Amino acid sequence: MNLLNILSEIEKVDPEVYGRLDSRRRVFQHLSGLGGKLAVAAVPFALGSIFNKAYAGATATQATVLEVLNYALLLEHLEANFYNIGTGSTTITSALSANNVKSLNSIKTDENNHVTFLRGVIAAAPFNATPVAPAATDFDYTGAQGGSRAALFADVLTNPATFLAVAQALEDTGVRAYKGSATDLMSNKTVLEAALNIHSVEARHAARVRTMRRGGLMPANDRASLVAPGANLSTSPKSWVSGRDGGGPAPGTTDAVYGPGTPASGTATTIFYPAEDNVTQAGASISTILTTAVIAGLATTNIPTAASEAFDEPLDMATVKAIARNFVKTGTPTFALLS
Amino acid sequence: MSDSFFSRSGALHRRTFLRVAGASAATASLVLAGCSDTEPTPVVVDPNLLQLAQADPGLLNYLYLLKQLQTAFYQKVVDAFPSDFSAAEKLAFNDLRDHELVHRETLRFMLGANAYDTALLQPLPFDFSSLTLTSRAGVLAGAQQLEDLSVAAYAGSLRLLAAVPTAALLAKIASVEARHAAFVRDLRTPGSFADTDVVVSEGALQSVSLAKTPTQVLDETKAFFLPVVVSPSSLPTA
Repeated sequence: MNLLNILSEIEKVDPEVYGRLDSRRRVFQHLSGLGGKLAVAAVPFALGSIFNKAYAGATATQATVLEVLNYALLLEHLEANFYNIGTGSTTITSALSANNVKSLNSIKTDENNHVTFLRGVIAAAPFNATPVAPAATDFDYTGAQGGSRAALFADVLTNPATFLAVAQALEDTGVRAYKGSATDLMSNKTVLEAALNIHSVEARHAARVRTMRRGGLMPANDRASLVAPGANLSTSPKSWVSGRDGGGPAPGTTDAVYGPGTPASGTATTIFYPAEDNVTQAGASISTILTTAVIAGLATTNIPTAASEAFDEPLDMATVKAIARNFVKTGTPTFALLS
Repeated sequence: MSDSFFSRSGALHRRTFLRVAGASAATASLVLAGCSDTEPTPVVVDPNLLQLAQADPGLLNYLYLLKQLQTAFYQKVVDAFPSDFSAAEKLAFNDLRDHELVHRETLRFMLGANAYDTALLQPLPFDFSSLTLTSRAGVLAGAQQLEDLSVAAYAGSLRLLAAVPTAALLAKIASVEARHAAFVRDLRTPGSFADTDVVVSEGALQSVSLAKTPTQVLDETKAFFLPVVVSPSSLPTA
């Protein structure tokens, strides 16, 4: 196997191949680990990785890492400010059990920490940029966009059930947003890891808020997790997303949080944003993947549900911004940033 | 092999190449182009040593192995629920088993012939003797250990992947693992879904998931694999 032949062949049709790879020297460092030491079967995989790295950026229109960071920061401000208001309202907290209040406070701390963290990353090298700074007054969690239209959640800041419904929509959106932008961060592995690890924390929040909604405001013995999900997944969700959850916590209003993005379909080698009820992964239907396996105990009727629940789907920036705009006053700088 | 993708197809235009590079068919042809003199030397290995491959296939096999472990754990639980498990808990653990099984089979599908166990007559048995699976408390402790570890494993390995679509697919699993972990922790201790032992606030990092390297994860899980020893020494580290 003469790997150098491969590169020289590529060079004949693409003289810039070395420029596309990190650097000529690193290509050879990478390749020197292949050859004799690497199992033959693994070589095409490893080479595919090298070429993906070199050509992905050349063919796709990718948001810059900084743009993604400021976008994530806007979403974190939206969430942090929401929990700051909720946990500061006795109307909300007095109607919730001790563990539920403790949970909201814990989420509030995390979201404010995410704001601090992202601002630090944006301000530091290599970006040395000024982070976006939305004013708390730019947000309107009723969904009336500052009075420019009818409210979607008129009692969000006075009714704890509505507050938790909106919290679920915001957390589930956050999970999808980070996941959808992660592929634009592959060029900066440090930022990529940080974003994915914030994303995991958002998923923990989302699961807890779902558990709280299922268990009720004052669950028996304050054990919300012991309550089984109901038939109506909008009002009594599982701790994970199941199908489209019947349109989410407010069907007719929150459907987009669980719906498809743009583009909604693609292949195993492209990046796309299907709805949460997607049951095709790596280019194959999960039910097809499962029929070739030795499966004990998984009922065939449960396969579509399990196939959907087992994967959280990403959402593209434009679709997420449209969802976020619901909670921002029109005419504000924040609204412009989300447009 | 003197013939190549390029000479067979005559003049390959640069733009055509840009379109196909990264597709496995093109890569395979490129590999053929590189076939010439030397063949890899076969290496004799310890039968109890499972050496994970390099690069993405090695990382996928690592995550596949963890999925096999999780699936086997939940299967054992649902096959014989502890007597003090509630009806709601049984429903939830059936879901967890289903999800892990779907993850496991999806990873096996992605690996194809690269799956470490394609040549094995039967799957690796896992040793759960370190856990108490006959009581609710023991099952929840084991589930929390494996779910938190899984979250940390994804947190510490996604950045090591080279192929963008692979990383994108694994990220879809990573957040579901975080949902599982949060749920199981809440069953054990209400409100502990994102406690400081799994969500780190340290120095510049503020409220991000604890991440563990493959080496750390395999060290923490080694008792489950005995007598097999899984070696991550060929996996990428940066």
